[in-house]
Parts: sequence; C-alpha cells; structure tokens
Amino acid sequence: MEKVAIIGIGQVPVREYWDKSLRELGARALLNALEDAGRDQIDGLYVGNMMSGTLSEQEHLGALIADYAGFTGVESLKVEAACASGAAAFRQAVLAVASGQKQCVAAVGVEKLTEFSGRRASDALAEAADADFETSLGLTFVALNALVMQRFLYERKVNRDDFALFPMLAHRNAVHNPNAMFHHEITFDQYKKAKMIAEPINLLDSSPIADGAAAVIIVPAKAVNASNKRIVDVLASALATDSIALHDRPELLRLKAVEQSVKRALDSAGITLRDLSLFELHDAFSIMSILSLEASGIMSAEEALQKIKEGYFDISGSLPIATMGGLKGRGHPVGATGIYQIVEAVTQLRGQAPEPIQVAHPKYAMTQNIGGTGATVVTTILKGQN
Amino acid sequence: MDIPRYWRLKDQRYRLQGTVCEDCGHYSFPPRLVCPNCKSKRQKPFAFSGKGTVFSFTTIYQTIERYQDQVPYLVALIDLEEGVRITAQLTDVDSDEVEIGMPVEMVVRKFYADGDNGPIFYGYKFRPIATGS
Amino acid sequence: MNDILRPIKSVGIVGYGAYVPRYRIKASEISRVWRGEQDGNHLPIKQKSVPGPDEDTITMSIEAGKNALKRAAINPKKIRALWIGSESHPYAVKPSGTVVAQALDIFPANTSGDMEFACKAGTEAMQAALGYVGSGMAQYAMAVGMDTAQGRPGDALEYTAAAGGAAFIIGPASEALAELEGAFSYVTDTPDFFRRNYEKYPQHGNRFTGDPAYFHHIRAAVQTLMEGLNLKPSNFKYISFHQPNSKFPRKMAEELGFTKEQYTTGLLSPLIGNVYAGSSILGFTATLDAAQPGDRILLASFGSGAGSDAFSFVVTERLLQAKAKAPSTRWYIQRETVVDYTTYARWRGKIRK
Repeated sequence: MEKVAIIGIGQVPVREYWDKSLRELGARALLNALEDAGRDQIDGLYVGNMMSGTLSEQEHLGALIADYAGFTGVESLKVEAACASGAAAFRQAVLAVASGQKQCVAAVGVEKLTEFSGRRASDALAEAADADFETSLGLTFVALNALVMQRFLYERKVNRDDFALFPMLAHRNAVHNPNAMFHHEITFDQYKKAKMIAEPINLLDSSPIADGAAAVIIVPAKAVNASNKRIVDVLASALATDSIALHDRPELLRLKAVEQSVKRALDSAGITLRDLSLFELHDAFSIMSILSLEASGIMSAEEALQKIKEGYFDISGSLPIATMGGLKGRGHPVGATGIYQIVEAVTQLRGQAPEPIQVAHPKYAMTQNIGGTGATVVTTILKGQN
Repeated sequence: MDIPRYWRLKDQRYRLQGTVCEDCGHYSFPPRLVCPNCKSKRQKPFAFSGKGTVFSFTTIYQTIERYQDQVPYLVALIDLEEGVRITAQLTDVDSDEVEIGMPVEMVVRKFYADGDNGPIFYGYKFRPIATGS
Repeated sequence: MNDILRPIKSVGIVGYGAYVPRYRIKASEISRVWRGEQDGNHLPIKQKSVPGPDEDTITMSIEAGKNALKRAAINPKKIRALWIGSESHPYAVKPSGTVVAQALDIFPANTSGDMEFACKAGTEAMQAALGYVGSGMAQYAMAVGMDTAQGRPGDALEYTAAAGGAAFIIGPASEALAELEGAFSYVTDTPDFFRRNYEKYPQHGNRFTGDPAYFHHIRAAVQTLMEGLNLKPSNFKYISFHQPNSKFPRKMAEELGFTKEQYTTGLLSPLIGNVYAGSSILGFTATLDAAQPGDRILLASFGSGAGSDAFSFVVTERLLQAKAKAPSTRWYIQRETVVDYTTYARWRGKIRK
C-alpha cells in the first residue's frame, strides 16, 4: 500500500446558512481545499454526508458535488455512516490513493440541516439508530446517549456537574476559531441551569447541529516534497463497527468500536498514545467525550473527569482535546464533522492555528469520528513535519 | 404510513416474540437470523415473558415528529428475565418514581396514531410490575 | 313473558379479568372548572377513572384479556371467538378484536367482531359467547366489555364518563369458576341516550334516562330471570347492576328487594365512575373476587337504546384457585393517581398541540 499525505484543507465556517445550498457548501469547501493544495484537478471524490435525502430532498451527492465544483466525469460517490460519514469518506479516499488506483482524491464532508424545521432534523438524526426497535418506539438520538449517561452516573457514582468542564473547555477554545459556530464561553452556572433535553443530558452537554462543509486533498506521499512543512502524513485511518442498537451491547458503557479502531490505528501508525500531541475527539455529548477517552485507552472516565480540572486537556496541557472548539464549540454539521476534525488537526500540525489555541510543536494528532452511539468509529492518526 | 413495518412487527410488538438459538440456547430480541453467541443460523421463535428490571432510563423533553404530542415521556433499557435487554417506553409511572433496578412488566399500549385518519400503532411498553391482589 | 335463555350444553366462566386505568379525576375538579364549585355535595360520584394517554379500548382489553387467560390457564388458541363490546372502539371500521386476538395469541382461528349497544355491549358479547360455547360451536369464547367513555366538557356526563372493563372466557361448566344458571335479555326501542356517526360526544334524550330507560329495562330483565329460575332476591349473595352513577344501582337494587350487603361489593361507580360497556361486568368481577363456592351472583347490565341483559351465576370450587392468578379488581381501583383537569383535558384530546 502506498503511504498517503494530505496536501490541502478547506472549510466553510459552521453556521446556519439560509442563503446557501448543500451543493454550494460542499463545492466551496472542496475548492478551498484545492486552492490550499495548489491543485486544480482531482481524480476521485468521496462525499461524506448523512441526511441530505431527508433534509434537502437530495441524494446522489457524489455526482452533484463533483459537477457543481467543475469536475464532471470524475469518479465520485457519497459515503454514509451516520455522524461518522465524514471520516468514513476520508477513509475511502485514503484507500483509493493507498491502493494506487488514484493520484489525487478529495474527501468532502457536507451537511445542511437548516432546510426544514428543527423537528425534521431530529427525525433525520434518529435515523442513525435502529428504526424498528429504537426510533419507532419514540427514542431520539439524544435519548440514546442519555440512557448511556444515566447508567454511567449510576455505575460510576460520579457527580453530574463534573461533566460541565468538557463543554466549557470546548467553548473556551472555539472563541478563537473563526470557523466555529460559537464564540462565547459558557460558565459552570449556565451549565447547571441548562434545560434538559433527555435527562440527564442538558442543552450544554449537546453539540449544536448546524450547516457546514470541509474538505481535504489526499495524494501519494511519494508524490510530494517531504520537506514541505504544510504536508501532513496520514499514518492511519481505521474504521470499526459495533451493534447499532444499544440493547444489543453486553457492556453499555464500553465503546468497543472505539477500542478496536484505536488499536488498529495505533498498530498501523506504529506509535503509542503517549506520542500524541492532540486528540480531536467526538464530543457530540459530554458523555461521549469521557467514554471515548476511556475506550481509546487514554485514561478511565473517572480520571478524565478529574484530569480536566487540572488542565490536562487544555491547549497547554498534556493532551489537548477539542482544540478548535470540538463538536460542542465549533458545531456539529453531522456528516461534515469528521472532515472538520481532520482539517483542524492538519491546521494544528502545520502550526497554523490561531495563536491562543495553537498546540506547541505538535507532531502526532489523533482524530476520532463516532457514528450513532458508537456503532461506527473512525480513528485517524496524522503526522506533521515538525 | 409505515403499515408494512407495523404489520410485519406485530408479533414482536404485541407479544415480544424473539428467537432462541436451537444450538446454544441463546435468546434474542429482536429476532435474529444468526445467533450473536454461537453464530448458528438455527433460530426458532420464542415469546418472552415480559418481566424484567430497568437497566437505564431517561425522560425525553424534545423528540421526533411523530412523538411531539407525547413529551415529556420516559424510555428505558430493560433487562428481561431471560437475559435479554430491550429498549422501550415506560408507562403508568412518573419520572421521579423510576430507578435503575425497578421491576417492570410488559403491557401493550398505543405507540402513536398516524394523524387523525391513519392507523393506530400499538406495541410493548413497560410499567411497574402489577403484584397486587 | 318469554322463557329465560339457557344453552344446550352447560357453560360457565372459566376465566375473568378486570382492568381499570391508573388515573383518576375528582368530580369536584370538574365542577371547579365548569360550575364554580356550586355543586357542593351533590356530585354524582366522588371521582372517575381516566385512561392514560397511551390507552384505549384495545390496550385495556388486552390487559383484561391477559388477566382472564391467567385465571383460565388454557391454551389461548382454543378460544374460537373474541367479541369486544364498547362504545369507544378506536376505529369506526377495523375491529378492535383483531388486535386483541393477535396480542393474546388467540389468532387466527377465531371469529371477531366489534359489538355496540351503549353500556350493555359487554354483556351482549357475553350472551353471544355463552351461546357460542353452549351450542357446542366452540370450546371457549372470550367476551370483553371495555370503554374509554367521553362526556362533552361541562356536560353532566363529563362527571361520570370513565374508563375500564372486564374480560371473560366462557367455557364448559365442568371447568367453570362460575356456572351459568340462566340469562334473560330485554330490549325496546327507547332513545334515552345516543351518539350519531362522526359525533365525538353522546347526548341524553329528554329525561328518559331514569324511569323509561334504566329502571324499566333492568327491572324487567331481572324480574323475568328470577321468575324463570324460581329465585328470590335473598337467594343471591351478590349483585352487580349497571352503574352510571352512585344512585341508580342502589335505588334499583333496593326497589327489587336487594340489600346493601348484596350490592356494595360490586358497586364501584363512586370510585371510578361509569365505565359504560364495562360497568356492570367490572362490578361483577369484584364480586367474583369476594365470592365463595356456592355463592349465587346476579349480573344485570343496562344499555341505552335500550335494553338489559341479566345473568345468574353460581360460583364453583375452582374459583378459589383462580382468584389470585391475576390482580384483583380492587387492586386496580386502589392504585389511583389523581390528575388535574388540564392533564385530563390534554390526555383525552380536549386540547391539542
């Protein structure tokens, strides 16, 4: 297999775009990435998206985005894996280049949630769960995470309010990211008073769904000049799955797909968790952050709730997380999120992050994109030229 | 109108009909084609007793379109006595009465009606166990 | 008068089950909203049962039917008819019984049609089941009377229109918990109370409710049955009459020569209201819960329109074993959670999102 590298990144700010269509957002991110890469051609395109059919009445995004961006004729298709669609598309792009079939491939993540009412977005998000035996009984996507969090609070006997530090950290970092949805900090008091969506998950435990698009350009590593500081090597991209329905998991609090994808990614990258300079985790809900830290093998969930108080996950801490705001602060444009995470990790590895949130001398970055409540997990490990 | 889904699932929804593996005795709900335990494809129908305990629960305040007029409502993961976990709504109980470990039993209730003129969909929910005499 | 009704084969009740929803609304709460509490102590009942937001005649029939099956301890597939009497079938076209038969595992070798005869639809189903089994057509048949009755907001009916009912499995007398001695049905065209198609709420016809309707029909049915069986009021341990309020069944019982001891056990309306097609038969299940072998029980329904079905049952030894296999009627009545008018109005579709 060929080694592959990322030579370009592009994104649009995460917003509610009443004035831009799905195709505009996707093509804009793609063109931004090509401009960043200094290229004007691709020979493959993978579009990560979850809900375009339900929320924009538009499928067939491969051809749509390729055409709209000026690449009619190129091999292009949509990749769907719920909230992990973005990183799953990236994974396909990596495979296409690594196999030697393609020479310059784009992975675009795009999601447009504001075409219809918010209720319809809730319906569409719930499609990530088991339709026959979860959603059609009245379960929402938030409720599934709430079932996990409730059980966590019961088994681990931790203080619910300790979760507040995760969204607070995300917002603190997002303030400095111009592409983030939120540019305000949140306080402990606000967290405690936030209204419940599905108890015990409150509004500030939940990442906001929004419109967004991001893109990366991937080429064989041998095709680029290794001394170029802007090049980021893709050391690993590993996807694992678990049962889609929560009731089919013998250990509810154990994200087995996270365990598997991290192990595969580390083995393939040939590094250990200690080597990581930053971790863009999937903080769709606070509970997902800490269970991901635990399942990734970084530390136990209880320890994570403790270490965050000591600044362990801050920009200047031992393992910065959500450096550009995470899903909570940057926003969660569902099928685009996985690509935003990779774009942000590349930004950090290049040393191009805004100064207050630039991690010092990063070498290895890990991103983790989770679909559903842990049913699809894609872990990516990147290496900068530092 | 998801009538085919409703019709297809009626024995699951009304009577908790799952499967039991003819090779290793592993129970499954929903029914399975392949045993999650031993991978055997020899699965036969099995109706669960409907008795269990609450494993986790949540009160939903914001929900999907077809359940809009029901908020707030409770949903739970329930461990059935046969050793299978199931997702369902809780009914006939207030949120402050629910706790993990609470014994519950299956009842058939309305899920939702499809507007004012469509079909009414029924199925399993769970409520605190009726022990009284 | 005609002969009383008796099947060719001896039959009886081999299983019975009650159901009353958990929720109640106080009559004083309804009065507060609509009448500024001027009713004082003159309310027709203390409180009535209210179905939960996910309950209807179908779901309630399933639970009552499950209870009946637990007490009967028979293979549900041997039940060859399932008739549900109700004035609140969830569908105008599509039988309640098909859902219930599927849920109770009675399907598919059964007949199943909805019955309607105002508040005597439940005993109408029982008559049919007694005849079906008594003729030898089937070994078992299930009859259900169940309602989630509605009264127009502010109307006098709103105080009492309630939810609940019972299910009975009819089978051979040799397996019965209570054997049928005889029955009688009495029907005339009397428009005392009705609901037209597509109307949500029923209405009373003039002031026919009492004398020409309720009292006349029950009196005729009960007296004919007692004469036919050569029985006196004192031969019965318990009675259960249709209970539209607290007053009517007491007045009827006393007029016919029954005592408080005979009617109190089965008189449930003060605590749950008028459960329409489920009313007299739910009271009957409460008497079965209390009865001992040899006790004779009189059941008489009343349905507007109008008619009455009267039955005499004699309890057997088998009842003692069966009672505790399902929750008692009193248990359902005692597990009460009181709701306010707003919650009741939301759940009953009187206000909508």
